[in-house]
Amino acid sequence: MNIISAILRRELQSYFATPVAYVFIVIFLVLMGTFTFYLGGFYEQGQADLRSFFNFHPWLYLFLVPAISMRLWAEERKSGSVELLMTLPVTPWQAVLGKFLAAWAFTGIALTLTFPIWITVNYLGNPDNGTIFAAYIGSLLMAGGFLAIGSCVSAITRNQVIAFVISIVVCFGFLLSGFPMVLDVFRGWLPQVIVDAVASLSFLSHFSNISRGVIDFRDLVYFGLVIGTFLYANTIILQWKQAD
Amino acid sequence: MIKADGLTKRYGRDTVVNDLSFTCQRGEVLGFLGPNGAGKSTTMKMVTGFVAPSAGRAEVCGHDIATDGLAARRKIGYLPEGAPCYAEMTPGSFLAFIADIRGLRGEKRTQRLEEVADRLHLGPVLGQSIETLSKGFKRRVGLAQAILHDPDVLILDEPTDGLDPNQKHEVRELIRSMSADKLIVISTHILEEVEAVCSRAIIIANGEILADDTPHTLAGRSRYHNAVRLTIGDGTGIDEVIAAIERLDSVDTTESDRDHGSIIVVARSGSADMRTWQDVANLVQSNDWTIESLQLEAGRLDEVFRQITRGENS
Repeated sequence: MNIISAILRRELQSYFATPVAYVFIVIFLVLMGTFTFYLGGFYEQGQADLRSFFNFHPWLYLFLVPAISMRLWAEERKSGSVELLMTLPVTPWQAVLGKFLAAWAFTGIALTLTFPIWITVNYLGNPDNGTIFAAYIGSLLMAGGFLAIGSCVSAITRNQVIAFVISIVVCFGFLLSGFPMVLDVFRGWLPQVIVDAVASLSFLSHFSNISRGVIDFRDLVYFGLVIGTFLYANTIILQWKQAD
Repeated sequence: MIKADGLTKRYGRDTVVNDLSFTCQRGEVLGFLGPNGAGKSTTMKMVTGFVAPSAGRAEVCGHDIATDGLAARRKIGYLPEGAPCYAEMTPGSFLAFIADIRGLRGEKRTQRLEEVADRLHLGPVLGQSIETLSKGFKRRVGLAQAILHDPDVLILDEPTDGLDPNQKHEVRELIRSMSADKLIVISTHILEEVEAVCSRAIIIANGEILADDTPHTLAGRSRYHNAVRLTIGDGTGIDEVIAAIERLDSVDTTESDRDHGSIIVVARSGSADMRTWQDVANLVQSNDWTIESLQLEAGRLDEVFRQITRGENS
């Protein structure tokens, strides 16, 4: 536990030691605001809720989360510090988890900083704060899912650009797996059961459930499983690289 | 303390390290010598568990690195090749991170952090980010990290690379001062380093051990072992001196540098230690030559190294 928290703290520290953290947070907040008020028509809807805000989270995460996760392992590999880290008395699980939690905590910080919009909507009307809270939880879980995918992909390469692009593609697949775009690829040559299974992997449908205020146990398990699976794959990749 | 048994590493068809076996004990300073690409770093990466061997196994302090890697890595302090660090951190926060991972706490933690910063003279740069430091400081941060938990086994891959002569000297002093109660393994291609700090040298090339001995014995394999170097003063003819010396029984041949008046007298193989020196000295005395210096050579490790790694026979 101490080791995981040491790695977590170090990672988090290094986000803020470089301009990365500040640039990311500012862009994240600006884009969130722009999308909500202009594209989402926050005022025009005339409703005291944050649906127009949360609707854009999946799409913003699609590009911004891989930007955080791309460096997790690729940078360590490039600079050689991965050799230092993995020859310390640290298990692959501890390293993977520490780094993932740091990235997740960082996204959590960025997400928390969107609180003025919550204040705004409470000032303008009487929103259902329970729903808003649930949607925040859902948003954070979805970010975790994206991050786990990105972390796993980042372990494959030493090139951050490659990690970024591949993460976006994989995340995009997960985001849209309930849509014809993705399903048509599988339809026709795979049995319907598997196509249905792929369809049920969609981040969008699971997130939209939660963001409507319905915290279903299945949706929580879903995101938990996505995170767990990809982090497990991440440790496997690390060990496999060791033998390579 | 370290036991390597048939360590082998293949990348595709290339065999980088081939069936390497050795053991070494506490108190030794083992130098891994070899040309670039000989497999030194790969061997160290396998012993520290960063790279999994294609065949063979390694044990550190009785812990198998593959099956009991965590326990083995606790015993090791390791400076990887090029001393990689987290560049955006400061040496202070970097070392604090290592201390946390190594499980150092309370009084001990503070004391160790102070001690290594002091020993490696990191004091003035503790609060500066590592990427802005000079190569010498970066290397010392890497060394500080490796010795922080006072490990039983210290593995240093090119510890003095990029340091200036004073810093090199300090690092060697540091290695020497720690060598009594530890096993220290260093890899290097700087031969003077081996002579300066190592109690044992393993020469490897193309992934195989070619020699394993003390630096002193290795130097003894040099054709210059027991050779005599003399510099002639004014008023003495160099040809006369060479002719007289070459007639001695204990002398094989001579090499001379006429511009500087210096002659290297190569001892005949099999002649006793100091014999050639004695003979030459007697000759100088009986002929009343003026000479500026008369030195005995122990042998040249660099020459032995070239001989061994290129397979030259002389």
